[in-house]
Amino acid sequence: MLTILFDGIAYGMLLFVLACGLSVTLGLMNFINLAHGAFAMAGGYCTVILVNRLGVPFALGLPLAFLATAALGALLERTLYAHVYACSHLDQVLFTIGLVFMSVAAVDYVMGSSQQFVLIPEVLQGQFIVFGVGMSKYRLLIIAICSLLTIVLQLLIAKTRFGSRLRAAVDDRRVARGLGINVGAVFTITFAFGSGLAGLGGALGAEILGLDPTFPLKYMIYFLIVVTVGGTTSITGPFLASILLGIADVAGKYYVPKLGAFVIYTIMIVALIWRPQGLFARSAAR
Amino acid sequence: MADIATDVSTYLVRRARWSPLEIAFWVFAFATIWLFPGKYLIMKDTAILALFALSLDLILGYAGIISLGQAAFFGVAGYFSGLVAKYGIVNEPVVALVLSGVVAAALGFVTSFLVLRGSDLTRLMVTLGVALMLGELANRFSGITGGADGLQGVDIAPIFGLFRFDMYGHTGYIYCLVVLFICFLLARRIVYSPFGLSLRSLKGNPLRASAIGIPVDRRLVAIYTVSAGFAGLAGGLLTQTSAFCSLDVFSFDRSADLLLVLIIGGTGYLYGGLIGAVIYKFLQDWIATLTPQYWQFWIGFVLVVIVLVGRERVEELTRAGRAAIARFGARLFTRPAPAGGR
Repeated sequence: MLTILFDGIAYGMLLFVLACGLSVTLGLMNFINLAHGAFAMAGGYCTVILVNRLGVPFALGLPLAFLATAALGALLERTLYAHVYACSHLDQVLFTIGLVFMSVAAVDYVMGSSQQFVLIPEVLQGQFIVFGVGMSKYRLLIIAICSLLTIVLQLLIAKTRFGSRLRAAVDDRRVARGLGINVGAVFTITFAFGSGLAGLGGALGAEILGLDPTFPLKYMIYFLIVVTVGGTTSITGPFLASILLGIADVAGKYYVPKLGAFVIYTIMIVALIWRPQGLFARSAAR
Repeated sequence: MADIATDVSTYLVRRARWSPLEIAFWVFAFATIWLFPGKYLIMKDTAILALFALSLDLILGYAGIISLGQAAFFGVAGYFSGLVAKYGIVNEPVVALVLSGVVAAALGFVTSFLVLRGSDLTRLMVTLGVALMLGELANRFSGITGGADGLQGVDIAPIFGLFRFDMYGHTGYIYCLVVLFICFLLARRIVYSPFGLSLRSLKGNPLRASAIGIPVDRRLVAIYTVSAGFAGLAGGLLTQTSAFCSLDVFSFDRSADLLLVLIIGGTGYLYGGLIGAVIYKFLQDWIATLTPQYWQFWIGFVLVVIVLVGRERVEELTRAGRAAIARFGARLFTRPAPAGGR
């Protein structure tokens, strides 16, 4: 029981790191980015190449994965995404689905379709036994890194100047622009940062989620659930939503394995009917 | 008031008139039965895809609902018609097909209430979620559906007890084409009715539409149900003509490809789905012979390019093309004809 809770929290934390970039971009530019998972996949494969093929230590591989995906995110944002913000939601959906298809096929071409594994250092293998509860070291590491990231993120957004600009832009883009905030630049940075986080999540999660070319399609729905259930106005909403989703998914797979992913889809639809603006959202601003 | 009513009806009647170009389109469509005898299988798939795209056009092009879950109705009806035939509950394919359409429409009616709520993103999520949920269900209850192996041992009886489905797809193609034509007539009737006009208005601006007394929610429910029924007919056709049904019918790719089909052909004039399906199948066939494994990359590429170039510009291009063909057609037919489409 406690092991499930533990695994669920680790899983949820991972989902949060993967999805929080998406929630910010969605809230900021009202942009539906279905290709968010592609960045996570890029991070995962980046780590696989670095750690397995080039022999870079795992601890160095993670930040490198973050930087690489952030750079990729910034590049794509400037060259492609920037043209699509003004388009209708339908166009955004089409555009990002196109990107997903391209990334899936491209990774398949370069890396092959089989599942990839990151070599994890021996220190992180095995598990601790605390009060009779088995906790895998790797999951503990995930929880540690993700909680740290969450706190840093929260501080970044709540305390720094950039954070207040970001919040202003999310709340009302036009007024923020009128106050002299360069919303475009804020968005590029946020987008790159969010993509980098997704990449980091993908690198960390390769062990738990599995990494193969269909990753962006398989987990797209999870990210979307986190964002829609959690709302896009804060960091805590998506955080709670991901923890909830992680626990529900792990518990569902453990107790009613026959239904599998059915549990979370049901939860999502019920949540959406109950509160279309998100479970933890403030009253609808837009 | 009566003046406005007659105005509207003459407007609708004028728009609903068949142009020579449309007649030529359907004459050609039926002529393909004799023109390309070796291509029945791919033409059959094209006809099914066209019907499926037509169903999406009804809600996207006319009511402005973005859906990523059209595959839900397609799949449910596919499995329904397969199961019905497998266990010999309804042997006559036409009756089974109509029933599977009704089942899908019923599902559409139930889920339409979910679609009414929220923004584009919520709609996207709910439609996608429903399709994934059903796919997951079909996967889990493998005792009934055959799970990952697909539904096997489906034996479809001859149509009306007369026309047996052959392995070259001859009967299958004609069957699909006829169903497509009937559905198209129905859709055309719906779109050019006052009901269709009210749909267009609420697509333009739901708030104003409700202000002039159009019951927005009821209209959306109605068109969503109809569209689900059409998608169901397409799914039923696929199972009946291939005597097989697999989990693939629920896949996300199917819904996403469908959007692409409709975007290639253009939305909101009914022929978009049909033309898009033909172009898409050609494209797929051509790319698949070039790079069999990675054709998905190019499909994605086409999507990205279409959006970056601008969907309006692409549609303008096709519209210009249609207008040119219509002028050409008008000259052929000598009598003055209204331009095709819009």
